[in-house]
Amino acid sequence: MMLIQLLLIFAKIGLFAFGGGPATLPLIEKEIVSGLHWLTHSELLEILIISELTPGPLAVNVATFVGYKLGGVLGGIVATIGFCLPPIVIVLIIAQLLGEFQENTWVSGIIKGLRPALVALIVAAVYSIVVNGKAIADTKGIIIGIASFLAITSRRINPIFILILAGILGIILYW
Amino acid sequence: MLPLIKNEVTQKKKWITSEDFIDGAAVAQSVPGAIAINIATFIGNKIYGKRGAIAAALGAALPSLIIIMVVARLSLQFRELTIVQHFFKGAAPAIVSLLASAIIGIGKESLRDYRQIIITIGLLFLLIYLHIHPILAIVIAGISGLFFRGKQ
Repeated sequence: MMLIQLLLIFAKIGLFAFGGGPATLPLIEKEIVSGLHWLTHSELLEILIISELTPGPLAVNVATFVGYKLGGVLGGIVATIGFCLPPIVIVLIIAQLLGEFQENTWVSGIIKGLRPALVALIVAAVYSIVVNGKAIADTKGIIIGIASFLAITSRRINPIFILILAGILGIILYW
Repeated sequence: MLPLIKNEVTQKKKWITSEDFIDGAAVAQSVPGAIAINIATFIGNKIYGKRGAIAAALGAALPSLIIIMVVARLSLQFRELTIVQHFFKGAAPAIVSLLASAIIGIGKESLRDYRQIIITIGLLFLLIYLHIHPILAIVIAGISGLFFRGKQ
């Protein structure tokens, strides 16, 4: 029963995840964390960190991890299939009508309109993770946050490396 | 991941042309879902129809599927350890920063006129204070986008 629910929820998430990886975050937060309470905000945060540290598309990693945590190996597979299936079908349909798709002003209008939604959705999801998931818990957290933000925007260091470094810093500072 | 795929399919294997790849990348980024899976589907379909699409999508998803499940198992086993908790506590602000820089990147690239900025702020208000469902926000934005039709 839960597997069917996992499949349907992730199909819904896959259908609306415009903008790849970060776009799944607000949907998962709404459906699985604040909706069904299958995960807490801090568990979602941990899943996000590990999915970012693991190779492969972030969105798929998060889907697989959430599915695995909730329903074991089968749950992981079912959530991944659910998440990937709607986009695959959409890509196949668009591939058939490629020329029309590119010239259609309705389609380009909708896509252009979706961008503000993507920005707003990710901001709202991050806000929720910071407030409800206590992603930035204290002064040490603020310092790590600012330092890593500066490091990321400098574009000189690989973000994965920064994430690991921040984790190690956490081990040292919170000892 | 896109440059990696491009090099593989247009240069090394010469399965599709660069023009086709650019078409595929545009489609992959404008439809929902993981971009890497989407472009794999597009390329697979180009080379070998629907069966090619499914094979390519599976190929793109399978390695990370297995890796993440192994990692997930380990992390769930060790997540209670103090050292692991402290690692998460340190990495959490960094992931917020990572997302913040992603937001800035997307914003710079796509919020080009004042109407889009107004829509963004309006949606943000609806999401944070009125707790509307993200899908509703996406639908509102899509409909509002129709007003951009024909305007560059």
